[in-house]
Amino acid sequence: MKEKPKNPDRREFLKKGMAAAVGAALFPGAVLASEEENSEEWYSMLYDSTKCIGCKSCSVACKRVNHLPPELEKDGIHDDAIDLSAKTKTIIKLYKSDDGRSAFVKRQCMHCLDPACVSACPVSAMRKDRTTGIVYWNGNRCIGCRYCMVACPFEVPKFEWDKPIPHIVKCDLCKDTYLKEKGITACADVCPTGAIIFGKRGDLLIEAKMRIKKNPERYNPVIYGEYDGGGTSVMYLASKGVSFQELGFPRLEKSPAEISESIQHGIYESLVPPFLALGALYFLLKPEKKEGKNDSGK
Amino acid sequence: MIQESKYEVVRGKVITRTFLMFTFFFLLSLILLAVRFTKGLGAVTNLSDGYPWGIWIAYDVVVGSALGCGGYALAILIYILNKREFSPLMRSALLTSALGYTMAGFAVIIDLGRYWNVYGFALPNRWNLSSVLFEVAVCIMTYTLILWIELTPVIAEKTGWNRKKLEKIVMVAAVIGLILPTMHQSSLGSIQIISLKKLNPLWHSGFLPLFFLSSVILMGYAVASAESLLSSLYFKRPFEMNLLKKLSIYMVYIGFGWIILRFIELIFWGKISLVFTQGFYSFMFWLEVALFFIPSYMLWKYRSQLSPRKIFVFSIIYLFAGAIYRFNVYLIGWNPGSNWVYFPSMSETLITIGIVSFEFMIYLIFVKTFPVLPAKEV
Amino acid sequence: MNRFGYVPGLSEEITRRDFIKLLTIAAATMGLPVGFVKKLEAAVKSPTRPPVIWLHFQECTGCTESLLRTSNPAFAKLILDIISLDYHETIMAAAGSQAEEVLQHMINKHAGKFICVVEGSIPTKDGGIYCQIGGKKAVDIMKEVAQKASAIVAIGNCASFGGVQSVEPNPTGAVGVMEVIKDKPLINVPGCPPNPYNILSTLLYVLTFKKIPELDEYRRPKFAYGRRIHDHCPRRAHFDAGRFVEHYGDKGHRLGWCLYKMGCKGPVTYANCPTTQFNDVGVWPIGIGHPCIGCTQPKVGFHLPVKLKVKPQEVVPPEQFPPITVKEGKATIAGVAAVSAALGAAAGAAGVIASRLPDKEERNHEGKTKES
Repeated sequence: MKEKPKNPDRREFLKKGMAAAVGAALFPGAVLASEEENSEEWYSMLYDSTKCIGCKSCSVACKRVNHLPPELEKDGIHDDAIDLSAKTKTIIKLYKSDDGRSAFVKRQCMHCLDPACVSACPVSAMRKDRTTGIVYWNGNRCIGCRYCMVACPFEVPKFEWDKPIPHIVKCDLCKDTYLKEKGITACADVCPTGAIIFGKRGDLLIEAKMRIKKNPERYNPVIYGEYDGGGTSVMYLASKGVSFQELGFPRLEKSPAEISESIQHGIYESLVPPFLALGALYFLLKPEKKEGKNDSGK
Repeated sequence: MIQESKYEVVRGKVITRTFLMFTFFFLLSLILLAVRFTKGLGAVTNLSDGYPWGIWIAYDVVVGSALGCGGYALAILIYILNKREFSPLMRSALLTSALGYTMAGFAVIIDLGRYWNVYGFALPNRWNLSSVLFEVAVCIMTYTLILWIELTPVIAEKTGWNRKKLEKIVMVAAVIGLILPTMHQSSLGSIQIISLKKLNPLWHSGFLPLFFLSSVILMGYAVASAESLLSSLYFKRPFEMNLLKKLSIYMVYIGFGWIILRFIELIFWGKISLVFTQGFYSFMFWLEVALFFIPSYMLWKYRSQLSPRKIFVFSIIYLFAGAIYRFNVYLIGWNPGSNWVYFPSMSETLITIGIVSFEFMIYLIFVKTFPVLPAKEV
Repeated sequence: MNRFGYVPGLSEEITRRDFIKLLTIAAATMGLPVGFVKKLEAAVKSPTRPPVIWLHFQECTGCTESLLRTSNPAFAKLILDIISLDYHETIMAAAGSQAEEVLQHMINKHAGKFICVVEGSIPTKDGGIYCQIGGKKAVDIMKEVAQKASAIVAIGNCASFGGVQSVEPNPTGAVGVMEVIKDKPLINVPGCPPNPYNILSTLLYVLTFKKIPELDEYRRPKFAYGRRIHDHCPRRAHFDAGRFVEHYGDKGHRLGWCLYKMGCKGPVTYANCPTTQFNDVGVWPIGIGHPCIGCTQPKVGFHLPVKLKVKPQEVVPPEQFPPITVKEGKATIAGVAAVSAALGAAAGAAGVIASRLPDKEERNHEGKTKES
């Protein structure tokens, strides 16, 4: 057997490996610099659970405006939606505790400031509009991998399981429908009690804080979405004594996107620890290996 | 590089009873796939809005590609650690890798809801560089291509192509082929970092990429060992016991290392109490640890008297261990809320079986057409 | 023809048919089974007619008027026939001091036996000087009569909760009877006016069973005031579907949509208006396109502006809302079987292969040959 070419071979191999590693490191490292946008200017909604009467006008208006199909049972009978789905972009749910407390809660896309779905989508089909803050889905790009659904901490994006050409469905703040015509989302427009109001995030935060300050005995002192999940554009107020976890919202200190990206970039930006590990292994095992090789090589 | 060892074509008829059985399952899955592509994913799967990823991702892609890491794991030994003596195992490992990855690719296409948009990966304006899945997808696609390039000498030997030119390409391919799995196999773990609360804290960790990478190398050696023994038995060839014994010692090191790392992580993040308090999840955790521990302990205990059967059995257990770990991360420990349930449907499972059958069919055709398995005599 | 098959003006006499019909409706209002109609009849036909003293304070006499002027004349006749109305300022013949003598005479004669029906609120401010009859203050008359009454029935919102007079700033300090008389059995039959059937049913109940019907927290008979208007409203479907009247006369108003946005108090008001209705022809406020003003509910009727929207009180929230977490997802037995079969096959195949592999070391010499 040839013995000489082996070492140059390997050296060349390792050299190329390092070069490739550098390239690979540069590649995912070239992340879009996150511009310092003014999230206070982004379109936003504030939902006040203490004002909601559960009339479901919002769900009805949403279906009408966004041309969503009815929820059908298997036998074709129309039924109420029980959860967000590919046919229901917003829904009113009811929390009932064992000790008799109850509260309504409206569920829909939270339009996170740092959305996990946008971070997750491999082909940039989920995007956050940088002027309006709307998180929207682009069907021309979507490959239907459903990683957005895996990533979303609020279980918002839904998939049309029963269609050969499926869409990802979620609230887009009536971006192409009602918002375009009337300058407001359909749900906020039709709400009879003003439980859901539409505006700029900064203004709504001030409003929410004012409500809590005025009626501290009525409200839960926390505004869900102010900081939760890295902040969301759709924010929630709840009654005193009702926690947001009871209403079905996860406790999130940071945005999942931030955690995921920091680890992923940490690995690749600091020049490929896997390669450092392999390199270290190589140097550690070098003497031992040479003996072993002599045995088999000669 | 690869030509250092001698290989030969296995003689025998391609169409055997085993082959026909695989064909049956493959054809069955084709019928079900017709339903999937005309009626939508919901018609054949039990996937739901709570469990958007099911057995096709967890098994076909995540476990499937891990089982296809024999080539990668051997390449680390042969090229990085310079253990040339393992090169006889390389070609068949490369073939299973290529097949495993290609089948994972097929499974992804079946699983994708809007597969016709996949060309988007070729358009730089659509790349999302912060997406872990983007990295995994691009790496897997490239690596599958690389694996087939690495296999071209096999075909060249048969067809008599110009091997000198090929060798240069193969050399570059081998280098890239070592980097890509390191990236995407670790990133298959990183994918679930974004799941945060949906993944049980027993598994959710910033070290997911490390756990995935280390266990995939272990699975690579296990699959290479099992495959070597299997092809020796099936094609009535001598067992490569010398190599396999050395490999099993590496497996023991990685197996024990993995368990220790797993516990260090749990202790360091204060999650160690969860191993007893999470009910079913705790059970799955212990099952996973046991499956890593038993073969490691047994291989170590019998290290001086390893028989083909022992190596085979414990390699298979290692494969189950790695598979269970991946299922735990992707399905069992992954829970969007206690209200959601998922268990794969029959059609879903049959399609998976069909894909695996197709993989076996190609393997059988390949080894009986091209020189893949190590030659009997020098 | 009205809904009871009676043509007004044909007869002033109560036919037996009409009589039984009215009793049946009353029994139905009270939620009693048909068998009780006989019992009611026996009580009504009893020769000893229970004495009733009917007092009027700050009010408009609307309750009496609505009772006497129903489109069914038999109705008032029945009430006046079954009771011995010994004192009623509106319909009694006597006047002045003569009338007051009758009152004194009757409460002494029937002391402890008569029922006192009260219409109108009682002023309490400045010693109660704002309503006086024959120089006596309303509070004093009330206390004097109540002391000797067996039970008190407060008719209308005024007598029950103070009515329109008690709205802020409440210049006369008007209150309902239950604020003045605390130590007597008292039934409130609120409304503006209360449904005549509720008055009839309440009186019949007391006469028949010699006890007070089951009352709610505001002392209203539960059979008439136990259910929320919102829950029995014929327009409820529009509320649930989010179809609201936005302006009087708009499309939704003409189509009979929900009046919630017009300030309907149905969601907080308890009464049987949607089912019993008024005037024997099947009308009631919401039925003719006007929001409920909540006249049977304390602190709602007259206290809240008609246009003001109220928050529905959900004592027990309805069931038709999905809870926070819903059981979802799919898992089928066939799938379990398929996966188990696949796993079994894999393990089995591995087992078979393992059994064929030698468990001895010798064979590895053959493998070694290739190395050299």
